[in-house]
Amino acid sequence: MAAFDLNTDSVRVLNQHLHDSPSGTLSVTNPGGRHCIACGIDAPVEVSIDGHVGYYCAGMNKQAKITIAGNAGPGVAENIMSGSVRVKGNASQYAGASGRGGALIIEGDASTRCGISMKGVDIVVAGSVGHMSAFLAQKGRLVICGDAGDFLGDSIYEATIYVRGNVGELGADCIEKEMTADHVQGLKQLLAATGVAANVNDFRRYGSARKLYNFNIDHADDY
Amino acid sequence: MSHNKSLRASATFSQQVLDEIHRAADQGIYEIRGFGAKRSLPTFDDLVFLGASMSRYPLEGYREKCATDVVLGTRYARRPIKLKIPITIAGMSFGALGANAKEALGRAATAMGTSTTTGDGGMTEEERQSSKILVYQVLPSRYGLNPDDVRRADALEVVVGQGAKPGGGGMLLGHKITERVAEMRDLPQDIDQRSACRHPDWTGPDDLAIKIQELREITDWAIPIYIKIGATRVSYDVALAVKSGADVIVVDGMQGGTAATQDVFIEHVGIPTLPAVRMAVEALQELGMHRKVQLIVSGGIRSGADVAKALALGADAVSIGSAAMVAMGCNRNIFVEDYEALGTAPGYCHHCHTGRCPVGITTQDAELEERLQPEQGARWLKNYLTTMVLELQTLARACGKTHVLNLEPEDLTALTIEAAAMAKVPLAGTNWIPGNNK
Ligand SMILES: Cc1cc2nc3c(=O)[nH]c(=O)nc-3n(C[C@H](O)[C@H](O)[C@H](O)COP(=O)(O)O)c2cc1C
Ligand code: SF4
Repeated sequence: MAAFDLNTDSVRVLNQHLHDSPSGTLSVTNPGGRHCIACGIDAPVEVSIDGHVGYYCAGMNKQAKITIAGNAGPGVAENIMSGSVRVKGNASQYAGASGRGGALIIEGDASTRCGISMKGVDIVVAGSVGHMSAFLAQKGRLVICGDAGDFLGDSIYEATIYVRGNVGELGADCIEKEMTADHVQGLKQLLAATGVAANVNDFRRYGSARKLYNFNIDHADDY
Repeated sequence: MSHNKSLRASATFSQQVLDEIHRAADQGIYEIRGFGAKRSLPTFDDLVFLGASMSRYPLEGYREKCATDVVLGTRYARRPIKLKIPITIAGMSFGALGANAKEALGRAATAMGTSTTTGDGGMTEEERQSSKILVYQVLPSRYGLNPDDVRRADALEVVVGQGAKPGGGGMLLGHKITERVAEMRDLPQDIDQRSACRHPDWTGPDDLAIKIQELREITDWAIPIYIKIGATRVSYDVALAVKSGADVIVVDGMQGGTAATQDVFIEHVGIPTLPAVRMAVEALQELGMHRKVQLIVSGGIRSGADVAKALALGADAVSIGSAAMVAMGCNRNIFVEDYEALGTAPGYCHHCHTGRCPVGITTQDAELEERLQPEQGARWLKNYLTTMVLELQTLARACGKTHVLNLEPEDLTALTIEAAAMAKVPLAGTNWIPGNNK
């Protein structure tokens, strides 16, 4: 197993290695909150990071399975395409921003704007999320096992949000929707696949009222 | 109507103002339109060159070389962009433009040895294939953004703002959204697609510096990273862009074109390109970064004279959007009945937002798009760019320059007090620069 100690190896050297000759499993120690660790990977490698990471860890990930045994700074797994990123601690703002595929699992809490502009990624948060989460969310699923802050799903498009705990004020055009059998089934599979223990029957579903999709003067106050 | 002395127009409530109030009363929504600012503004036309005479030595038009090549992105990138001419094609989104128009832009730019730029909505295969040098935009919407396209781009451009709408997001009205456009953006068809005005994963310049670091890490520090700003507080924004780690800064003045923006935004937000260039150059000089971080200027560039003046004020290159569309037939006097169907006429059209472009440029309609064949569009644009370069060289030679980047503010004088104050060059016939206490 390749090993990188970021007290001695630079993030640049690590990332270049991950881009040039990615293979098997790889461990990273002493991340020390450094930024841009393991971003831009396009290979089915497994990377385990032992400690806290700074901004944009695992950014634009493709294929790789990345585990962060610590907290993650802003923009973890931003624009993720495929593969998976697991944060064992808490995540800061914009977790999974504009993610287009794959999965982001946060075992702790996520801060504000979790899943902002998401475009197909599945994000599962075992804890709670801050305000403005799933802002402008286009596609994909955001699962919140704890509580959601205010303005959840503001200006949401076709993404789906599941919440188990309390929800603050909903964002513009975001409404509660029926949990159909299909939704229950899909959520069950997602929770199982991401290894997050929660009773699927405790969740409520939120999505777009689709009232802001085309400009309508009678809804001007909502814009 | 025969002359009627009792009719008296109001300067405050002109016919145009009256019409707009009536339209607002009927529709209850602001006007959305394409093209750039239509009001009259101080421009490069208010400057003229002081050709060589007794004290300076001109170059012979046909014999003596006047080079036009520029290199962009020399600060950090391993592979800077090498252009044969200092005129680039600005970012225009696929969605706003049809695929044929995008291909034509790419072909012409490639033939001229310059770059073209993607736009909101992502990179199309047609434009990657037809463009030798392609700048890939990273926009607040992140529509279509993906690491494969990031890696096959020749440069990245983080768009903070646009001259037509600094502080505003994008807009693509539902009727322009075809299946392909919707799929590229991960959105349903037929809905109004509003692009965010802020990036989803960074807020201030300190964050942006780290965002740029991420983009460099993903691309292994190979390609240049541009930052594009709409011209407002140019001095601060340019300084902050330098601090954030930009290789190249694009400053887009308020004349800059757009495919669909509120008219009130186009006409009332931002500053003209003329003062913006000078402010950007001063900010770079103050930091000792002029020519180290390259400056591209856009917004209302129409001719070789405009290019020459922008370079003389200190820009490294210019970028064109509207003028490139005009070269490809925008507002040309053909298909007149289709302009009329939009309620306009050749010469007045700003109806890119409708998706019914009479000449097939800003449309996704297959029948209309047929009207712009990529080869023909590319030929027109190549001819136009060639003309601009010849004009630019003519002016540079007249000022005795062997390279167009040797043009300098001392080669210019202003025809109006406003232009003298904005560009900080002396009013013609004086040594007076308003605002300079010399
Ligand atoms: C049809 C059209 C579409 C545009 N789309 C974008 C875009 O997607 N992203 C962007 O940064 N600028 C966009 N722009 C602005 C141009 O990049 C550029 O800033 C502007 O056109 C320069 O001014 P000019 O039109 O006077 O040359 C667009 C402009 C036009 C005319
Ligand atoms: S002719 Fe086409 S490109 Fe030109 S302003 Fe009209 S709609 Fe826009």
